[in-house]
Amino acid sequence: MNSSSGKSYMSTASSSVLWKAGGDVVADQFPAGLRVLLVDDDPTCLMILEKMLKACQYNVTKCNRAETALSMLRENRNGFDIVISDVHMPDMDGFKLLEHIGLEMDLPVIMMSADDGKNVVMKGVTHGACDYLIKPVRIEALKNIWQHVVRKRKNEWKDFEQSGSVEEGDRQPKQSEDADYSSSANEGNWKSSKRRKDDEDENDERDDTSTLKKPRVVWSVELHQQFVAAVNQLGIEKAVPKKILELMNVPGLTRENVASHLQKYRLYLRRLSGVSQHPSNLNNSFMNPQDATFGPLDLQALAATGQLPAQSLATLQAAGLGRSTAKSGIPMPLIDQRNIFSFENPKLRFGEAQQQHVNNNKQTNLLHGIPTTMEPKQLAGLHHTAQSMGNMNMPVLSHGSQSSQNNPLLMQMAQPQARGQMLNDSTVGLAPRLLSPRGQSMLSNGMATNVSTRNGVPENIRAPSYNPVSQTSSMFNFPMNHTSELPGNSFPLVSTPGISSLAPKVAFQEDVNSEIKGSVGFMPSYDIFNDLNQHKPQNWELQNVGMMFNSSRPSNSLQGNLDHTQSILVQQGFLSGQNRNSTVISKAMFSAGDSTGHVNAQNSNQHLNSLLDNTVRVKFERVADAAPANLYPDHFGQEDLMSALLKQQDIIAPAENNDFDFDGYSIDNIPV
Amino acid sequence: MESKHVHQQIAAMRQSFFDEEVLDEFFSQLEQLEDQNNPNFVEEVFTMYFRDSTTLLETVEQAMKTISITFAKMDKILHQLKGSSASVGAKKVLNEINKTRQVLEKGNLEGTKAGIWEMRKEYESLKAKLEPYFQLKQANSVPQEK
Repeated sequence: MNSSSGKSYMSTASSSVLWKAGGDVVADQFPAGLRVLLVDDDPTCLMILEKMLKACQYNVTKCNRAETALSMLRENRNGFDIVISDVHMPDMDGFKLLEHIGLEMDLPVIMMSADDGKNVVMKGVTHGACDYLIKPVRIEALKNIWQHVVRKRKNEWKDFEQSGSVEEGDRQPKQSEDADYSSSANEGNWKSSKRRKDDEDENDERDDTSTLKKPRVVWSVELHQQFVAAVNQLGIEKAVPKKILELMNVPGLTRENVASHLQKYRLYLRRLSGVSQHPSNLNNSFMNPQDATFGPLDLQALAATGQLPAQSLATLQAAGLGRSTAKSGIPMPLIDQRNIFSFENPKLRFGEAQQQHVNNNKQTNLLHGIPTTMEPKQLAGLHHTAQSMGNMNMPVLSHGSQSSQNNPLLMQMAQPQARGQMLNDSTVGLAPRLLSPRGQSMLSNGMATNVSTRNGVPENIRAPSYNPVSQTSSMFNFPMNHTSELPGNSFPLVSTPGISSLAPKVAFQEDVNSEIKGSVGFMPSYDIFNDLNQHKPQNWELQNVGMMFNSSRPSNSLQGNLDHTQSILVQQGFLSGQNRNSTVISKAMFSAGDSTGHVNAQNSNQHLNSLLDNTVRVKFERVADAAPANLYPDHFGQEDLMSALLKQQDIIAPAENNDFDFDGYSIDNIPV
Repeated sequence: MESKHVHQQIAAMRQSFFDEEVLDEFFSQLEQLEDQNNPNFVEEVFTMYFRDSTTLLETVEQAMKTISITFAKMDKILHQLKGSSASVGAKKVLNEINKTRQVLEKGNLEGTKAGIWEMRKEYESLKAKLEPYFQLKQANSVPQEK
């Protein structure tokens, strides 16, 4: 194409024509009607900017709080074309918001501030802002913000184009158009798009010119899981988009899609490792988007965002919802998970817990990813669960050198927990289901721990000291005790409704109360960690149990059992009441542990003992007593969840590397 | 004609703001945003600005009296003031804010206090100048259909 402005004009003209051709309205009107979300805590600036944007004929929505903005975006994912946000805001750092948006919604975000220091501007760039404006903002600067929207769309197109499949193929021409259109800054993009440009139907892409809609790749849970699996397989350092794309083998996905997603993922990971102590508020953000649709949606969201939960989600979903999520194979590296979760989620307590334990952080991440639908609280719950799980695992890990094993477990557990949380979201109140989630969480805990350990936080594993469990035997009671939080035994893990209701939160802390209920299963694991960290003698017991469970299960065999066990555990735990929790858990552990259901139990028992010292052990025995029958009243969901969990664990277990490869994980295999 | 006279007065007042550099081009930008639908937009903006900034300024002054004030906190408030002052075109106020921030950064507590005092002075001066201006303007904003 030509870079001359002359051509640009022409291109522009043609672009508009093209857009128009799409049949949509306002092709020519663009950029008028661009939907801008404006976020700034300073009312004066908000007023001025809104007026300016309106003067540019944009469609402006303003809000003065980042949280509000996020929820608006989540509720209406396609309701905005671009976001303009201030950097310094009281409730949430502008950069965090930026990250959230980038990962969850993939919208272009412009940062602004009165601060023009190089560092701040650099931060904006590294966090993915597409532009940085210095206050006082001139109206001229606002006039051109549409270029960022176009650019982004164009890139998306390109991705499609590259993959060659997908209908998007013919949209390419748009790219070149866009390049010119955006003019100024986009030389680079322009060129690349040019390359790809096909000349034919540019029109097709323009269908929504008015809003510049471009088929955007939606990183569903499964897709994200696949992505994470591929990345883990390659190794985060070596993961290049091309190879990832090959590994993923998803028709219609382009290298660009993968590249941009990878970039975000990396940012996320980096953030996670940088803020291990940081409360994973992110989860909330991530998770929330899908609130509305808990089911597959949430999972997906979670999976996508959290990476971690993808698998869990899938499992959960499958279990709970009866869907089969294929992706179990995606190994969610702990880190990733954490990263996902690392978003700050003020509501989530996870952060707190996590901070205490590095592992926790890791765990948290796991959780984050999972509960897409979970309410922030739930997320928190998840987090906690995850955390607890993480914590729990640690002790477990240290115990045996099961770290590697544990890790997988942890991961798995974490995931299940996440799932649980997700479940909670939807139906917080499903009491009966508890069990499953619990079991899962337990597993997750194990996994979580591992994960965190793997991530390099070996220190967290302080087995005995670490175990919060030992400290608080009450931990086990968690599910039971916290009626408010965890519906005690009612983790609605089961089935779809259940799953949603699994509010992992419950396990964690008060926050979770209602929501976690669903995820009871999960929570326990997290809780344990959380408890440890937070010294909350909540119902970590379950978690601990879970952890032990994991540790004891050296391999997949456990998983199989776990599935069963978990459900049992969960159920038992819940059913029997607080004390029982531990027993239940233990029980579950036992069953899970061994392929036949026994072997591992013993191991887990041992582990439990070692790990938890007290509670677990005792409980363990009791678990046996508890009539399993009680447990599963109808918690099929739980079992499903457990299976999912177990499955995950199975998958994870074998994967020693830090990245949890869930490759082997297939939800469908879960033996229930 | 009286009306004409008043308008001349208003215009003169306005010009003086620029001449004295009390206001800068961003103020003009705001004026450009005014239109028939929002004839008093600038005034509205300044109402909001004065309201918030008064609070911020008071907070900063209070903070200076506190022993345990942290520079970070102070800087945060000043940053906020800077953003809004810059956006409305309050040039002199902005200058004082910037000066104060620099002094604050160096850790000079006394200097900061003095700076805040100057800020307050300019701020009050701006208010005193603009309020009558807006009143006059509004009182005489004949619905001149453009």
